[in-house]
Amino acid sequence: MKNNTLTTVDITTCFHCGEECSNKKNALAEKHFCCSGCKMVYEILNQNELCAYYDLNKNPGIAQKIKVRADKFEFLEDPTIAQKLISFTDGKQTQITFYLPQMHCSSCLWLLENINKINKGVISSRVNFTQKEAFIIFDNAQTNLRSVVETLTAIGYEPHISLQDISTNKVSRSSNKRLYKIGIAGFCFANIMMMSFPEYFSIGGYLEKEIGAALRYFIVALSLPVVFYCASEFFVIAWKGLQNKFLNIDLPIALAIAITFLRSIYEIVSHTGAGYFDSMSGIVFLMLVGRLVQDRTYRSISFDRDFKSFFPIAVKVLQNGHFHAIAIDKIKVNDVIQIHSNELIPVDAILSKGKAEIDYSFVSGESLPVHKDVGEIVYAGGKQLGGMLEMIVVKEVSQSYLTNLWNKDIFKNEKQSDSAIHALSKYFTIIVLLIGAIAAGYWYSHGATQLMWNALTTILIVACPCALLLSSTFTNGNILRILSKNKFYLRHPDVIEDLSRINHIVFDKTGTLTQNKKVKVSYEGVELSNEQRNSVVALLAQSAHPLSRIIHEHLGECNSDEVVSFKTVIGKGIEGWINEQHIKIGSDSFVQNKKTIERTELEGSSVFIKIDDTVLGVFKIKNSYRYGFTEVIQRLKSKYKLSVLSGDNGDEATYLQSVLGSETELLFHQQPEEKLEYIEHLQTVKHANVLMLGDGLNDSGALRQSNVGIALTEGTNNFTPASDGILDASQFSNLHQFIAFAQFGRKIIISSFILSIVYNIIGLYFAVQGTLSPLVAAILMPTSSLTIILITYGMSEYGAYKQGLK
Amino acid sequence: MSIIILIVAISILIAGGFLIAFLWGVKDGQFEDNYAPPNRMLFDDTQKIKQTKK
Repeated sequence: MKNNTLTTVDITTCFHCGEECSNKKNALAEKHFCCSGCKMVYEILNQNELCAYYDLNKNPGIAQKIKVRADKFEFLEDPTIAQKLISFTDGKQTQITFYLPQMHCSSCLWLLENINKINKGVISSRVNFTQKEAFIIFDNAQTNLRSVVETLTAIGYEPHISLQDISTNKVSRSSNKRLYKIGIAGFCFANIMMMSFPEYFSIGGYLEKEIGAALRYFIVALSLPVVFYCASEFFVIAWKGLQNKFLNIDLPIALAIAITFLRSIYEIVSHTGAGYFDSMSGIVFLMLVGRLVQDRTYRSISFDRDFKSFFPIAVKVLQNGHFHAIAIDKIKVNDVIQIHSNELIPVDAILSKGKAEIDYSFVSGESLPVHKDVGEIVYAGGKQLGGMLEMIVVKEVSQSYLTNLWNKDIFKNEKQSDSAIHALSKYFTIIVLLIGAIAAGYWYSHGATQLMWNALTTILIVACPCALLLSSTFTNGNILRILSKNKFYLRHPDVIEDLSRINHIVFDKTGTLTQNKKVKVSYEGVELSNEQRNSVVALLAQSAHPLSRIIHEHLGECNSDEVVSFKTVIGKGIEGWINEQHIKIGSDSFVQNKKTIERTELEGSSVFIKIDDTVLGVFKIKNSYRYGFTEVIQRLKSKYKLSVLSGDNGDEATYLQSVLGSETELLFHQQPEEKLEYIEHLQTVKHANVLMLGDGLNDSGALRQSNVGIALTEGTNNFTPASDGILDASQFSNLHQFIAFAQFGRKIIISSFILSIVYNIIGLYFAVQGTLSPLVAAILMPTSSLTIILITYGMSEYGAYKQGLK
Repeated sequence: MSIIILIVAISILIAGGFLIAFLWGVKDGQFEDNYAPPNRMLFDDTQKIKQTKK
């Protein structure tokens, strides 16, 4: 019985990648594979005794349906390109770090660390799983960079090599520095706290004088690293703010730390008290932890990718009668370049050989491929879908259409942050300084100079906006964490606040509302004979309607018969005469001549085929709209205004209008500039806070212009335009929950802010009277911070639970 | 009573030892990748068995 179930699993799914096998052609020793690529990977692993790969996890592989061209990595033999990729070489050994986005399980980890069994030249391989990187050292005498990359590619882990890696250096790892600071601050804080206890409990005079004095000096010594190392970033940021004439939130914190420290030193030197070292170091510690939680970095995701990472590194250029791989920035005008199928065209060029079917969906949003003939100019950014092409370059990469599009002014403007926290901090600082001045003035007029100094310094100590700041850092930090668990990655915590304020949502169509992948076509009815199939294809070839195109592609090319009296009935179907037969293709009512009411089906479209008088069957085309599209729209429609901007033609306007409702504005044939202007129009004329969802380069301007621009992607390693956030396409159906969660987050911040004000008022009550004792400060300040942290954490977890987020 | 001072000094030294251990760990990259090391630990065994079998 058990055996039985196992074999059925083996038959239906690929042993390598777990995908369904459509046929049983690719079988090897009772193991089935979905494609020859998967089978090849298995063979390589089998030869090298690496089949433990399949024992660790079930079907750990990645589908290998798209074959990698044999000479794709020829450019790695160019020493100038290789030089930029490798991290170290001494001529004998070379060290290099590859980014392998396919890495996903422990099998991957195991295989990649045992790569030396396949390529003997590899000396060692070490994987950093979180960053999806493999650090490889290889022996130059036995292998080279190209062959290492080809080995990785052969087993299904094609390294992601992009121009951006070459032109910019990796961001240095600053989070280590923060961990050092937290460790030291935590150590000092805990010990200072311990040594402060005797002081607090010595009200009865139990503490001997010498011991008390010795402990105080210990405390002073421990507080030094806290102030001068751990808290340094607060001083630096506050000072930078002052230089730019901007009162930022770090200023009152820096002020409070400095004054607490100076006053405490004074108290100890003058033997008037024990100082406030424990509360000071505690606050520095908590603030640093808060910043660590908030400033989450997604190491494997880049928000600032520009078009360069989308480009190939090298293309083949004709030199002395042969094609050689050349780095694309070295391409010159009049060079002859060769573009292979599914490759991107990196420069504006004139087609000199081959049939071009260019997919510009990424640049313009147009979903239908554009046909170009020899002699026509092809702009950069398109993807060749047909066979191999040869082209003559007319413009270098730096001057091409795409580069110009990218270099528009909008991309150079940094977004202004108008976060409420920053605005509040300004008033907060002013109010605190005012209270301090009034209290000091009051005591001064009463002739109590000692009390005046007491009051002034303690006001600044107590009014430190830590609780206020902690409430936002911890709430935002936790929200970011929860969102990223749900595959929604935000670039900066401020985006949460922006997201909570939006009232207008703009969608791109192609790639955002619709899926990039090809639609599924199925056929029901009498099987078509070869002759009938030819006729149907011939008729379909006449029509440019997307559905015709899809079915045409599904059926494949045929020797075309002549079509007589071809007719298109818009919105219904097409008809014509082929080989004395009357063929009708189209909707139910069109084909069957019935007067039924047309209805748009949510599931997809049905296309009926009729030859002469018999209806042969129906092609069912599943809608390419994203999963949960209608539900999300229904939910969003009631709360926000919606718009759809598309670079595509308006074929689907009626369907979209029916789902989105009559109030929604639908705009088609939109150029990238027009999209940007539309967003600008919404913002300036209608004063809307716009959320834009897009996916391609054609949306990049609009994404930057909108208050929150979110890029949708089907894999986080895919190219995404610069944006405020990246949303995994599978989570599109949760969009309304994400927005609601961001709004809840704002409520948490406001309510915990009110709480922190209450704490501050209690503290100020003691402070203005000049009677704040170190004990009160030591209790009040950490308690306020800790309760705020607990409340924000608990409430954001509750909010996530309520929204059904993980 | 000065023994208390000594004890405080020793306790700080011990705590300092833990601090150094922590900083060492950070520097070593122990907090950078928390998936690979625990899994890698499991592979080595299976690999060795295979090698001895050969």
